[in-house]
Amino acid sequence: MFQVPTIADLNLGLTLPALSLALGACVLLLLDLFVPRERKEITAWLAMAGIAVSFVLNLAGFNESGTAFLGTFAADQFTGFLNIVILITAFLGVLLSLDYLKRAKIERGEYYVLLLLSAAGMMFMSSANDLIVVFIALELLSIPLYIMATFRAPDLKSEESGMKYFILGAFAGAFFVYGAALVYGATGTTNLPEIFAAVNGIIAAGGSQMFLLLMGTGLILVGLGFKVAVVPFHMWTPDVYEGAPTPVTAFMSVGAKAGGFAGLLRIMVVALPVFVLKDGQTAAAWQQTFWLVAAATLILGNIVAIAQTNVKRMLAYSSIAHAGYIMMAVAAAGTAGVANEATRAALLYLMAYMFTNLGAFGIALAIEKDDGSDTGVDNFIGLAKSKPALAAMMTVFMLSLTGIPLTGGFVGKWFVFKSALDAGLVPLAIIGVLTSVISAFYYVRIIVNMYLKDGEGDPAAGATRYVNWAIYVAFAGTLLMGIFPWIATNLSDTVVLAVEMFVR
Amino acid sequence: MALQEFAPAAALLGLSVLVALLVVMLSRLLGPHRPTSRKQAPYESGMKPIGQAVRRMPVKFYLVAVLFIIFDIEVIFFLPWAVVFRDLGVYGLIIMGVFLFILTVGFIYEWKKGALEWE
Amino acid sequence: MIPLWMYLLVAAALFCMGAYAVLARRNAVAILMGVELMLNAVNINLVGFWRYQQPLNMAGQAFAAFVFVIAAAEAAVGLAIIISVYRQRKSVIPDEADTLKG
Repeated sequence: MFQVPTIADLNLGLTLPALSLALGACVLLLLDLFVPRERKEITAWLAMAGIAVSFVLNLAGFNESGTAFLGTFAADQFTGFLNIVILITAFLGVLLSLDYLKRAKIERGEYYVLLLLSAAGMMFMSSANDLIVVFIALELLSIPLYIMATFRAPDLKSEESGMKYFILGAFAGAFFVYGAALVYGATGTTNLPEIFAAVNGIIAAGGSQMFLLLMGTGLILVGLGFKVAVVPFHMWTPDVYEGAPTPVTAFMSVGAKAGGFAGLLRIMVVALPVFVLKDGQTAAAWQQTFWLVAAATLILGNIVAIAQTNVKRMLAYSSIAHAGYIMMAVAAAGTAGVANEATRAALLYLMAYMFTNLGAFGIALAIEKDDGSDTGVDNFIGLAKSKPALAAMMTVFMLSLTGIPLTGGFVGKWFVFKSALDAGLVPLAIIGVLTSVISAFYYVRIIVNMYLKDGEGDPAAGATRYVNWAIYVAFAGTLLMGIFPWIATNLSDTVVLAVEMFVR
Repeated sequence: MALQEFAPAAALLGLSVLVALLVVMLSRLLGPHRPTSRKQAPYESGMKPIGQAVRRMPVKFYLVAVLFIIFDIEVIFFLPWAVVFRDLGVYGLIIMGVFLFILTVGFIYEWKKGALEWE
Repeated sequence: MIPLWMYLLVAAALFCMGAYAVLARRNAVAILMGVELMLNAVNINLVGFWRYQQPLNMAGQAFAAFVFVIAAAEAAVGLAIIISVYRQRKSVIPDEADTLKG
């Protein structure tokens, strides 16, 4: 008979960082009702306080690990590390939004509530230990983002961006959940470690169960591939990134990727690492597919980015390319014995990407006009004269996105390439290096525009106090990770996702 | 596999499609077909329709519909709880309390925002 | 008893119809309905698997309940976005929304 659990069985202590943020969002929704219309920055500060509380709780419990909510929620260092990335993203997202919303005259308290909810969804994603939780977290992180992308309504671009994001996001969500249902059908459970245990028996039996598992894995890749924007599921990215309000773009370009890759790593590395097609293979059955997706993403993202004239679109294609680098690490995680190293590489890459990308979007936001126009690559001409500090920081961000040493981007790429080589994916690593060189072309063009071309120079009206703060934090993070990489690597050293059980 | 079990159902399906088609076709073929302008009006013996068939409705209706969908579907979580209410005891009560809290937060929000007022 | 594969076939057909609607229909509301169709196909799958393979483990049913609720939440948000676009443009055809070159 069913054993009724007690509240103590839920192990709520481990879930505090994510739960406190979700609860904070609920409370904030109520508090916001009493905040007068013209003083909505109070809501923003309360949101930042909520994020800070969650951050402290996360650091306090960083080294604790275990499961909660009857095995559906796992808390470990993987969760802890990703939560740091997500919470910093959310914090900088609020800082970037504060003045922007006022400038665009769309200041409403709900914005911050939605941002907190989406961040909570990402955190649940990073600790999901059950397909049901992955699905709920996926929707919890996406649905607020749909609304935030539309937040500039009645601006046509923003509404269109939101509608496109919604339609494709919902479509992808359906694919994901269909795949999850097939995996449930093949293994008879939704719990990730239990799926892991069931997979060996399915391989031995073969037949229809194997087919279901293969289909399910493929559909899960399609669903999550849409969310993290890898080729061939990337078409929505440039339109949505261009149309959405810039702070939203900044937040979702990092947050949605962190969440999506958290889900991918959880499912692929925790549940399906021993999923091979033939007995005796050492690489998971999904590795080949991930390999191809990563290579296609790297090539297409980097090459199409060259042709872009709008910096938001350029950063959108650049974000597709960076998804390719992270995908490379995920593919490497399919090889027996490399899984944990590759997971760490993906996490470090995400952290470096987070600082750099938020900084770059912050500067794009700074030169943007109140009506959302003037985000062209040409608007950077002469910025070194009008705003030398911003230009210098933009230079560092662009170099970091390219992967030049002494920046965070280099550290991330170093670990990703190393894990790909260790996994025996030499051609993929070579594609990665070559596309990095190509990417220098469009990143350096902005530096050239800022320093070498003559022009009036943008006044950077958007570089208000809080936006500057956010850019400084991102700048400091990018350099710190580049010069003292061990700060981040020490944090990730204890991350262990895969059970080393490749004794087949 | 056991396809034979479905023979009656398949036969019924085929038969119903056939009959439906037959009725439509027969009335087309055999019936007299003499259209006049009066016969082609939407209501042959009634008033002339005014305006378009698809009327624009106030957006308020959509708001109510959307709110209804959300709160209507949430009830799905109460149903399984009600079935095993006695077995779960205090534990279930606390969990549903948390769920109700979240639901109430949404309710208070829409109430204070005036989404429930018609005018 | 009806074998499991028949349920799976119905679900797969429904899912494909939904996906076709999303890809082929031009009206945003019809696209939304397509997505709902896809999610309901998933529910047929989940309940079928639960009934035939693991009747003692309630995960399948619980999953189906969550899919329901999330589908409703998604529909609500989606409808709101579509209505807001419609009020601006008097059109719900995504193809005609071409401010962003795609």
